[in-house]
Amino acid sequence: MSLITVNNLSKVYTTNGVETHALRGATLTINKGEFVSIVGPSGSGKSTLMQLLGFLDRPSGGEYLFEGKDVNGFSDEELAHIRNKKVGFIFQTFNLLPRLTVLKNVTLPLIYAGIGEPQRTQQAQKTIDDVGLTDRSTYEAGKLSGGQKQRVAIARALVNSPSIIFADEPTGNLDSKSGEIILGILQELHKKGNTIVIVTHESFVADAAERKIHIMDGMITSDEKVTKRRMVGEEAFQK
Amino acid sequence: MTFRDRLTSAIEGVSVHKSRSALTVLGVVIGITAIMVVLSVGSGAEQLIVGEIQSFGPRNVFLLPGQQPSGPIDAGGTLSNDSLTLRDYEDLQNLPHVASVVPYVFTNVTSSFESETYGGLIMGSTAGLFDVFALSVSEGRAFDDIDVSSQAAVAVIGQEVKEELFGFENPLGEKIKVKNIPLTVIGVIEKKGQGSFVSFDSAILSPYTVVQQSIMGIRYFHRMTIESDSVSAVPGLVQDIETLMRDNHNIDDPEKDDFFIQTQDDLVASVTMITDIVTALLFLVAAISLLVGGVGIMNVMFVSVTERTKEIGLRKALGATRDDILYQFLYEALLLTGGGGIVGVIMGAALSFLASLALKAFADISFPFIFSISGAVLGVVISISIGLFFGVFPARQAAQKSPIEAIKYE
Repeated sequence: MSLITVNNLSKVYTTNGVETHALRGATLTINKGEFVSIVGPSGSGKSTLMQLLGFLDRPSGGEYLFEGKDVNGFSDEELAHIRNKKVGFIFQTFNLLPRLTVLKNVTLPLIYAGIGEPQRTQQAQKTIDDVGLTDRSTYEAGKLSGGQKQRVAIARALVNSPSIIFADEPTGNLDSKSGEIILGILQELHKKGNTIVIVTHESFVADAAERKIHIMDGMITSDEKVTKRRMVGEEAFQK
Repeated sequence: MTFRDRLTSAIEGVSVHKSRSALTVLGVVIGITAIMVVLSVGSGAEQLIVGEIQSFGPRNVFLLPGQQPSGPIDAGGTLSNDSLTLRDYEDLQNLPHVASVVPYVFTNVTSSFESETYGGLIMGSTAGLFDVFALSVSEGRAFDDIDVSSQAAVAVIGQEVKEELFGFENPLGEKIKVKNIPLTVIGVIEKKGQGSFVSFDSAILSPYTVVQQSIMGIRYFHRMTIESDSVSAVPGLVQDIETLMRDNHNIDDPEKDDFFIQTQDDLVASVTMITDIVTALLFLVAAISLLVGGVGIMNVMFVSVTERTKEIGLRKALGATRDDILYQFLYEALLLTGGGGIVGVIMGAALSFLASLALKAFADISFPFIFSISGAVLGVVISISIGLFFGVFPARQAAQKSPIEAIKYE
């Protein structure tokens, strides 16, 4: 079943009167349960595509159907609701609120969803347990290691049980071992039925997905199944 | 997002940024404290002075020599004027509605007893003086009308005069010398304290007949107080006094009056004018401190919101609506400025209270402590408005950006 359908999606940035065409007519479909990677060099428009798909920005042109609904006409309020309930984000720079505790960070989306106590704390704690950070839940998020921060970010992305998870260079700021753990968690989540879109410029990260979309100069150049899929070992996840 | 959650996230926002919050609060506190102290001390001073004037009673009319001064009363300038005569004094007593007329002469003298000397004011008057100034005699007696008419060389002295000249000795019956004239001490006035027009604690009171003739060698009066028998008769009495005085002094043209009259209302008005000017000046100073405090609040709020654009973007990415963001920053600004406001009001009131205690303890002035409600309200309103504007306005700007634009904001 198609979760996302975009037709001829484009984005133009205007800075000081100069137009930059970051995305020039992308057309693609993402189905429920897929694990897709979007690959390309920096400046290719891959992040722009993810930001548009994830409702972090509005497109300049084209059509976007999410769960069959045209979202172009959605109000800010409706978009906030979709970001909250339907989408989970994982950023390269983690983007946690460093002074708040791990638990508080993970609870944030539930607070914006209007879920009350004690349900939201229970739900957040359970998600933290799932990413293996049970004993860190009262720590200030800023005091964790990079790998731990990214696991907090994953917990935060998961906590509202979204329809799709977007990860923008999730291993970019991590050492290779921590990066492997994160990829392992994402593969695990996919196995459990989650839809995941990962943006990366590294092919060994992209190969962890099932399907690979190449993008160059704002245009999709290829969209294919990953032939030799790289499965991250179970043992990496455990560490 | 519920109200409680919005408030909670505001409290978190305030408490995790401790130094930033402290700076904002400090700005508010300084501004409000300054304006509170100024307004409180200003109205305290006004109340003290007006209270002194009103203690003379609204039935009293003051008669002074010379031209009506246009500005605040120049007390020194009227002292050498000899236009108020004994005849005026006697005639005034026969006007209708006059309950009493009390004349004064006064000068600074050095008095002595044995080897002790004391410099102070000697005031010559009638027995009515003690009523007009509500003086009570703690030892001995006041002088009476017979002392006045018989030119009895007697004196009633203030507490300070007694302490300086006699120490712990009993002054009653002793003779003090004023300009080589011996005056027998017949009474001591109860301590009055500072704040009066005349410091009676350091004064010597004698019958005017003695002071005029033996000590000063003059035949005129410096002042007179005419007491009306009712408040409603005061305006008519003022006209009667004018008519009588012009008659006595052969004056046709009111422009050439050699006397002027002040009622309690005139005095209150002229004093209020002075204290109002002083208060206005102080207010200006306080307004500047409020402005400085305000600029402080402005800076901190503005910088902090700009810094937190990334946080705003992230919160939006997690599902915060514009309202969620706005309310969080609104409540944060309210907490900071409101909290600072409460601290400022308490500190302002405490400082004003301490000032009144200090004036009482060190200067013996019973300065009233006044809680300046207008200062509190003004300070709090201005601080909160500044905080709200510079807290919410930039937050609104940031909340209107797309989430990714805000997250990437540097």
